[in-house]
Amino acid sequence: MSTLETRIRQARSKQDILLMTHIVIGYPSFAASLEIVDAMVAAGVDLMEMQIPFSEPMADGPVILAANQKALAAGSTVERCLEFATTVTRKHSIPFLCMSYYNLLLRAGVAGFVDRMQAAGLAGAIVPDLPPEEAGEYLPAMARAGLDPIFIFSPSTPDERLRHIAASARGFVYCVARKGVTGLHTTFSAELDAYLARCRTATKLPLALGFGVQDAADVNFLRGKVDIAVVGSATLRLIDDRGVAAVGAFVRGLR
Amino acid sequence: MTSPLSPDQPRGYYGKFGGAYLPEILVATFRELETAFAAAQADPAFWREYETLMGEYSCRPTPLTFAENLTRDFGGARIFVKREDLNHTGAHKANNVMGQGLLVRRMGKKRVIAETGAGQHGVATATMAAKFGFECTIYMGEVDVERQRPNVFWMERLGARVVPVKDGSRTLKDAINEAFRDWAANMDSTHYVLGTACGPHPFPTMVTYFQSIIGQELRKQVVERTGRLPRRIYACVGGGSNALGVFSAFLDDTAVELVGVEAGGRGLPTHRHAARLASQDASIGVAQGYRTYFLQNSDGQMLETHSVAAGLDYIGVSPILAHLRDTGRVRFESATDAEVVAALALAVRREGLIPALESAHAFAQACKEAPGLPPDDVIVINQSGRGDKDIFTVADAFGDPAWEDFIRRKAASYERKP
Repeated sequence: MSTLETRIRQARSKQDILLMTHIVIGYPSFAASLEIVDAMVAAGVDLMEMQIPFSEPMADGPVILAANQKALAAGSTVERCLEFATTVTRKHSIPFLCMSYYNLLLRAGVAGFVDRMQAAGLAGAIVPDLPPEEAGEYLPAMARAGLDPIFIFSPSTPDERLRHIAASARGFVYCVARKGVTGLHTTFSAELDAYLARCRTATKLPLALGFGVQDAADVNFLRGKVDIAVVGSATLRLIDDRGVAAVGAFVRGLR
Repeated sequence: MTSPLSPDQPRGYYGKFGGAYLPEILVATFRELETAFAAAQADPAFWREYETLMGEYSCRPTPLTFAENLTRDFGGARIFVKREDLNHTGAHKANNVMGQGLLVRRMGKKRVIAETGAGQHGVATATMAAKFGFECTIYMGEVDVERQRPNVFWMERLGARVVPVKDGSRTLKDAINEAFRDWAANMDSTHYVLGTACGPHPFPTMVTYFQSIIGQELRKQVVERTGRLPRRIYACVGGGSNALGVFSAFLDDTAVELVGVEAGGRGLPTHRHAARLASQDASIGVAQGYRTYFLQNSDGQMLETHSVAAGLDYIGVSPILAHLRDTGRVRFESATDAEVVAALALAVRREGLIPALESAHAFAQACKEAPGLPPDDVIVINQSGRGDKDIFTVADAFGDPAWEDFIRRKAASYERKP
C-alpha cells in the first residue's frame, strides 16, 4: 500500500467522506493561490490537486480552461509552479497532487519532471490525457520516485478496461461522474450507483468522484458511495464571483 | 480497399509519431470508430460507394491540367496541376468529409460536429450534413469567424450552427479543443468529423484513406498523359491531408520526389510562421491527443503561429508526415506570405487558375524549382482548393483601391438601413 493510500485510509477512518479540492497554480495570481491553499487546508480539506496550467487543456471545461489561460498570460511557468508546490508542501501536512497534461512532462523529460515533482514534495500526479497504454515511460519513473499515478475511470469505460486501468493505478482512482468535461452540471442520481459498483469491482483502491460536485448536497449524496469527493470548478467559480476571502466558508460548508 | 498508409506500430503509431492520448471518457468512442472504420475498409462495397458518391456529387475524378504557359515561362520541367479545387465546395476537404459521412451513416449516428480554420472544412461538413440529413455544429475560432465571414454565412445557410470559440488564440487549435469537449459530452449521438490527418488514432489513417483518392487518380492520369511518373510532386501542408492524399500513391516510387510546403509566414528567421517540419523551431510533443512536432515553448506551451493562409496556420502536423520527414521520404520546404501572393498572381495571370492561398504555397515552391529541371521531367502541383474564399485577404495584399471603394460603398449601404 502506498503512503498516499495509507494516509487516505487513515483519514477515512475518521471521516465518512474526504474532500479533495483543486486549484490552478498562478490563478488568479501566485499570491492568491497561496491564500487559497491556506484557506482550504484551514477549512479541513483532506487532499488537494494543483494544476500546472497548459495551453491546450482538452479535458477541462470553460471555467478551468479560462483559469489555465489567464494563469499563463500572467506569467505562470512550470518552474514557478513547482516552486509553489515546494512552498505549500513544506507549509502543510496534507497530501498534494500535481495535475497537468502530458506534454509538460514530455517536454521537460518525463523522468526529470517526475523527480522534480518528488523534490517538490508532491504525493502523486493526475495526467488526464495519458491513458495507461501510453504511460510506458511515466509509470516506471513514478514508481522509482515513489509517487502515485492517479488514473481515471469513466462511465463509458467497459469492465475489462476498468480492470486494465486499475492494474496501473496507485493511491486512489479518480472516477469521472459523467460524460463531458469539467465544470458542467451533474445530476447525481441512482444511475451513479451502478457505475460506482462497477468501479468497486474493478479495484480495491479508494475511489474519488469528481466532475460537477459543487455543494454540500452533492457531497452528502456521495457519503457511503465513494471515499473522496472532488470539488474543482465550483471553487474557481466562487473565486471569480466572490473573491479569495469566500473560499474558507465555502469549503467548511461542503461537509 | 485498405489504407495505403497504415500505422507501422501498434496503437496507431507511425515510427514514433501518432498514438491516442485521450481523456478516458473518449477512449470507448475511439474504439467504436476504429472498429467501424476497419469494417468499412474490409467491405469492398464501401470504397465503391465512396467513389460513386464522389463522382456524382463532387466532380471526381478531378482533371489534371497542363500549365502550358508557366512551363514555357520557366523553360524547365513540364508543370501539371491536379485540380482538387474543382471538388464540390471548392477543396479536397470534400473527399474526407463525404467519406466520413458514409461512415457516420453506417454507425447510425445523427449529429456531426467539426472544427474549421479557414472555413473550408466547415462548409464541406455542413454540406455533407445537409445532404445526409445530419444535425451539424461547427466550431470556429472567433478570429477566423471575423476573417472568413462568407464561409460562416454559407455554413449557416446549410443549416449548421456555427459556434465562435473565444478561448486561447481563438483560431483552429482552439476550435479543435472545443470540438473534443462537445464530443466528450455527446459521443452517443455524435461523430466528430476531424478535418485533417492529425489528432488521435485512427483519424490520421482514416483521413489519409479517404484523401488517397487524389493520388490514385493522379498516378493513372499522369502515366496516361505523359507516359511517365512525375519527377516531383508539390503539396501545401497545414495538417497534411491533401499532401498525404496526393503522395500516398507514390510512396514506393523512390524516383518520385515528394515535396511538402509549409507556411513560412513572415519568414522563418522572424519565428512568425507555421513551419513545423521545414524549420528548426518545432519539437516533439503531445497535444490534441497525438504525438508529433509542435511549435511550442521550452515549457511545452503552444506558440502562436502565423500565415496569410488560415488553413495552414496550425501548431501541429500529421504524425504520418512527421514520420515521412524523419525517414527522408518527404522533403519539406516553406514559402513566405509574400512569395505565396506572388505565386498566386502568376497562376491567375498566366494560367487562369485561382488557387487558394494554401495551395499557392505549393505553386510558390514549384515555381522556384521548375527552371532547374530538364524539359523531359514532369512535375505536379496539387491545387488543393480554389481561391475565391480569399478575396478579402488577396484584395488587401494587392492593395486594390477600387475594391476598397466597393467595400466602403457596400458598408455604407448597410449603415443607411434602419
